[in-house]
Amino acid sequence: MEIPEEEYIYPGTRACSGCGMALIYRIALKALGPNTIITVPASCLTVLHGMQGFCTTKVSVYHTPFATTGASASGILASLEDKELADKITVLAFAGDGGTTDIGIQALSGAAERDTNFIYACYDNEAYMNTGVQRSGSTPIGVQTATTPEGKLVHKKNMPKILEAHGIPYVATANASYPLDLYEKFKKAKDIKGSKYIHILSPCPPGWGYEPKNTIIVGRLANETGFWPLYEVLNGKFELSKPSRRYSDSSKRKPIREYLNAQKRFKSIDTSILTAYQNYVDSLWKEINRRIEDD
Amino acid sequence: MTISENNNNTSKADIMILTGNHAAAHAFRQARVGVVSAYPITPQSPVVEKIAEFVADGSLKARFVMVESEHSAMALLCAASATGSRVGTATSAHGLELMYEMLPWAAGNRLPIVLNLATRSLGAPWSVWTDHQDFVTIRDVGWIQLFCENNQEIYDTNLQAFKIAEDSRSFLPVICAYDGYILSHTAMPVKIEPQDQIDNFLPLLNHHINLGDITTVKGIDPVTTPNVVKREEGTAPGYYEYRYALQKSLEHSISIIQEVHNEFAEKFGRSYGNGLYKTISTDDAETIIFAMGSVASQSRVAIKKLRNDGLKVGLASLKLFRPFPSEDLRKLFKDTRNIVVFDRDIGYGYEGVLSYELKAALYGLKERPNIKGFIIGLGGRDVKTDHIISGVKKAMEEFKEGIFTNKTEFLGLNLDELKDYDESNYFKGG
Repeated sequence: MEIPEEEYIYPGTRACSGCGMALIYRIALKALGPNTIITVPASCLTVLHGMQGFCTTKVSVYHTPFATTGASASGILASLEDKELADKITVLAFAGDGGTTDIGIQALSGAAERDTNFIYACYDNEAYMNTGVQRSGSTPIGVQTATTPEGKLVHKKNMPKILEAHGIPYVATANASYPLDLYEKFKKAKDIKGSKYIHILSPCPPGWGYEPKNTIIVGRLANETGFWPLYEVLNGKFELSKPSRRYSDSSKRKPIREYLNAQKRFKSIDTSILTAYQNYVDSLWKEINRRIEDD
Repeated sequence: MTISENNNNTSKADIMILTGNHAAAHAFRQARVGVVSAYPITPQSPVVEKIAEFVADGSLKARFVMVESEHSAMALLCAASATGSRVGTATSAHGLELMYEMLPWAAGNRLPIVLNLATRSLGAPWSVWTDHQDFVTIRDVGWIQLFCENNQEIYDTNLQAFKIAEDSRSFLPVICAYDGYILSHTAMPVKIEPQDQIDNFLPLLNHHINLGDITTVKGIDPVTTPNVVKREEGTAPGYYEYRYALQKSLEHSISIIQEVHNEFAEKFGRSYGNGLYKTISTDDAETIIFAMGSVASQSRVAIKKLRNDGLKVGLASLKLFRPFPSEDLRKLFKDTRNIVVFDRDIGYGYEGVLSYELKAALYGLKERPNIKGFIIGLGGRDVKTDHIISGVKKAMEEFKEGIFTNKTEFLGLNLDELKDYDESNYFKGG
């Protein structure tokens, strides 16, 4: 698969250097092409988009209040249907993990329940990064944030599973460090009718505490240690994605501490949290392997 | 409730027996609304149930999206309006409050959304009955706010609302309010105008954002700065300039509202005062009652009785609450000796909202009228003719004695009946 050279984001955005989200956004827009309308809630992506009066992308973007991404996308689609333009245009919602797993979950759940014909992309940098790193429902256990100075006490919410429970035709996980896999998933989602949900791990240098040059390495460790498996569920059928397939075998996975040690946000974790992580990864894969066997 | 069904594209007017809610729904049908999104709440629900019916039977070709909350309903409509469709919805009380975040958003984006409000009191404690608290609570968000007194007025005002909202000189969201149950669930004859004449009155929407036209790339509403931004690529307004434009458009919209009202009156033969307020027996009145909606309706009865008692009392029923038509009200009241205001709402911690809005509006008049405000009918408590009569008489006594106060006075309270109530201390008042 070739990723097109055409860019849909102009150079010189206000994203941080090494931003995983900027990379994800760039690849996603390449997959969807010019006939796309995007809606974006308050998030780092608002920062990337810059100031009123200027558009950072080559496709139109409608910014919407934090809790409303799913509703906003539904509104754009309803209007396109009203004007009989819906077959020609893809509606893309692009939100962060706070905007998706916390404040936006109701509107997203409603849109998914209505099987709204759109793609919802959640770029998951695992905290409220835009507002100064506060914990979200998607922050993993043990992580130090501005509102969890001693480390978060509970695991992150499994959002893809929640969306899967809505019975929508397509749910996938992705990772900024695997752009080809990411590209293919957006490309596939574009041609499916109904609600499509893609949850993408988005390494964040300032929020996670690593050098901007290491974004790809850190993202890869999330896959290689088994912490963030890549998969897709198409019409209920589960399939592990290529970059994650070998990690079905636990002996192939790197120890979880390699992922944790690469980031300052995990610096306060003790052995009990480390054990919690190992158990978390093990149970994640136990379920994945069971699903593969079932299919 | 209909005694006859009327079709689109007929050129015949039709009298139907309609509730206020259904009158609003018929106006939406004839306005050929493109997207409706709603969430059920009493007493509004029959509006959107009827619209759902129209969509199902094909008499309205629209996208009807039943969402999971009012917050989402308004967010959806903002996006649909920005994508270029004619949009509207209906709500009440808590639904309106849940929408609150999206209301200034709609206004700031200059999205021509029409919202029907079947008024209802705000909890706690729970009440499904009418007062005007929900309506007045959103007075600072930048919407045009109209109030209706009967079901024909609901139908007519809705049709005018789309035209006002979509006027390129305004592009402002409009709320059409009417009393819950008193109008929302009461049937009365409503003249439904021929579809071709409505089409002629209400041209297609042509909005400046129109995201649906993908040949022009637009970035709507990223962050504004405090100042105007000038760059090689162009110039962008600061937040301050956007909000200046909103305020000035609202101020200017008074003339647009009157223009649309007059055009409608000429075309369909029905008018509502000057489009801003309705006056009854004000020409020779020494005392004028100032009220809105159901309270104004009851005052119509009261002024007849008061006149029988030899008191020269008139009524000004406010139709346009925002923008507040202060210049016109100053003209109306410049020679009035006494004004008695009846508020079915409170600016909690101060006084009735209409009362203090009117006092502010009349500031600077050379001859200052006496003004007294009363609170009446909260939570659906009956607004009785006798309450209004006693209020007017009490006000006139106080004016004679030179008593002027902002302290609220409630008509129709039944505190005596609470003497044996467990928490009676609670109800003794400050």
